[in-house]
Amino acid sequence: MWKTILRRFLIMIPEVIILSILVFLLAKAMPGDPFTGSINPKADPAQIHHLMKINGLYDPWYQQYWNWVVHLFHGNLGNSYQYQEPVTRLIGGRAANTLWLALFTMILTYVFALPMGVYAGRHEGKLPDTVIRVYTYVTYCIPFFVILVIGIWIFGYVLGWFPTTGSISSDATGWLHTLGSRFYHILLPGLLGALFGTVNIVQYLRSEVIDSKHSDYVRTARSKGVPSKDIYRHHIFRNSLLPIAAFAGYSITGLLNGSIFTETVFSYPGMGLLFVNSISYRDYTVITALVLIYGILNLIGTLLSDIILSIVDPRIRIQ
Amino acid sequence: MAENFEQHSDISAADLARLTQEAQAEATPSTAKIIWSEFKADKPAMAALIIIVSFILFVMIGALFINTPKMMETNIMGYFNQPFTADYWLGADSAGRSVAKQLIVGSRNSIGIAIGLTVISSTFGICWGLISGYFNGYIDWGMQRIYDFMMMLPMTMMIIVLVTIIPHYNSVTLTFIFSIFYWEGTSRLIRSRTLAESEKDYVAASKASGTSHWKIIFREIMPNISSLIIVDCTLSFAENIGVETGLSYLGFGLPSQTPSLGTMIANANDPNNITQYWWTWLPAALEIIVLCLSISYVGQVLRRAADASQRQGSIN
Repeated sequence: MWKTILRRFLIMIPEVIILSILVFLLAKAMPGDPFTGSINPKADPAQIHHLMKINGLYDPWYQQYWNWVVHLFHGNLGNSYQYQEPVTRLIGGRAANTLWLALFTMILTYVFALPMGVYAGRHEGKLPDTVIRVYTYVTYCIPFFVILVIGIWIFGYVLGWFPTTGSISSDATGWLHTLGSRFYHILLPGLLGALFGTVNIVQYLRSEVIDSKHSDYVRTARSKGVPSKDIYRHHIFRNSLLPIAAFAGYSITGLLNGSIFTETVFSYPGMGLLFVNSISYRDYTVITALVLIYGILNLIGTLLSDIILSIVDPRIRIQ
Repeated sequence: MAENFEQHSDISAADLARLTQEAQAEATPSTAKIIWSEFKADKPAMAALIIIVSFILFVMIGALFINTPKMMETNIMGYFNQPFTADYWLGADSAGRSVAKQLIVGSRNSIGIAIGLTVISSTFGICWGLISGYFNGYIDWGMQRIYDFMMMLPMTMMIIVLVTIIPHYNSVTLTFIFSIFYWEGTSRLIRSRTLAESEKDYVAASKASGTSHWKIIFREIMPNISSLIIVDCTLSFAENIGVETGLSYLGFGLPSQTPSLGTMIANANDPNNITQYWWTWLPAALEIIVLCLSISYVGQVLRRAADASQRQGSIN
């Protein structure tokens, strides 16, 4: 068991190093230089030249990369050229928003998906099963950004039930009001993300339930006289819970990657929107940091899921 | 072959013809025949197929008759023209450009990119999966690590960064950039099937008789998993429509002067457009939904045809 986890960690290290080199080189290749925003238009070209020199921008790339990595380990990701503030602080403020939204969406997804999966598996081949399968299939096929746009149009603008921009209303005072306002702002994107992201969990749970319906322990429970409802709730569901929990890792990486779209549509100030804005301002310290963070979060999410799955299912452990 | 056979056996030619006929009648029907009967049994699938094919043909041919630069010119007289009028069937946008014409050209661009992306990324993914699954050991291990690395990359972000780096790009370069990141799903599927297929006796027999690796991979294993490949290509085509339109929606896909379904939906980013001038973006959004649903429905039918236990159509 520990061998598997250790090996996964060792493979992670070169992956992160290669990712950081790639990200760094891509950021270097982006057009524009970092001082365009910070000095006034009348600045002397020689002065920019001097700034570039003392900031080490004429060094060979491996030297610059090394400096960047050393700063990285000191928790210094540089300054944002657009906002003139340290990248760590800038992203720190936005990261909380993105993570709240992702966590909320994930919890809602489980709330919707678990009953559907068990119900579909229990009534395999009958009408409820067909309805749930058609539902998951339709939600899976439609590109998510189209759903977001139509969702914000109907529920945000036409019906006016939900706010259409921001993460908190400007007149929120007191912690209860603030919390309520924050929750109100993530409700619509969270609901849309959850209603249209159930497919993996439902399908997995459904096949898991169908498999265990014919297993020995269920037959024993039935012959003991346990009511059908309790068999599903206590026996089958409990047994399928752990592999389903393992999906949380994959699910969170999917949500983070989707956050670029969600946050753009809802003008929600998280990391995704920050990324889109930084691209238009060529704010490449922020871009580098964000790509790196998303890559590492992807890695951690997948790793978590893999570890839980390998605990549950010995077949996928590495010998 | 037949001549050879006659020399060494005493079965008459008439008997041989009869036996051949009987054997052909009993043989497994060809993939094309199975798929056709499956479509005949499922009327909605037939409808979906007809919708897709006729729609794609319509926009491909229709776009030839539209002068794109002229269409994209600003025409102040048509400022937010109402839909369902003689000049503007689906109204006009803020620059007075006809939405209906933009929709046709935009669909051509978006569908074209989706087709190109499917062809390139699936070809690459299939080759990758076949090679990785067939050659076990170090080759597979190395290819799996590259696969893991690609899975770690935040795809949307990487595409956006690459699009900003490249100074002048058009739909062809865009298709190639997308293809770098969208082969993983196919390759994983094909690899797992190839792993199972390589264990089979016919591969071992072919190896023992000295057939070259490449011939085994592409002439023997690939035809055997062809139904899987067809299904996967169809389903990824449906997904790929969402790729380009999504990026164009964010403003990092096709440039704004080239209409695409995504740039048209981006009209909805303006709070005025989204409520008052719904015709500038809603048709494009609905079109994407209908297209994606029908294409993946066809994919589901193909998947059923590939799996004998799920078939609904009868062959005879």
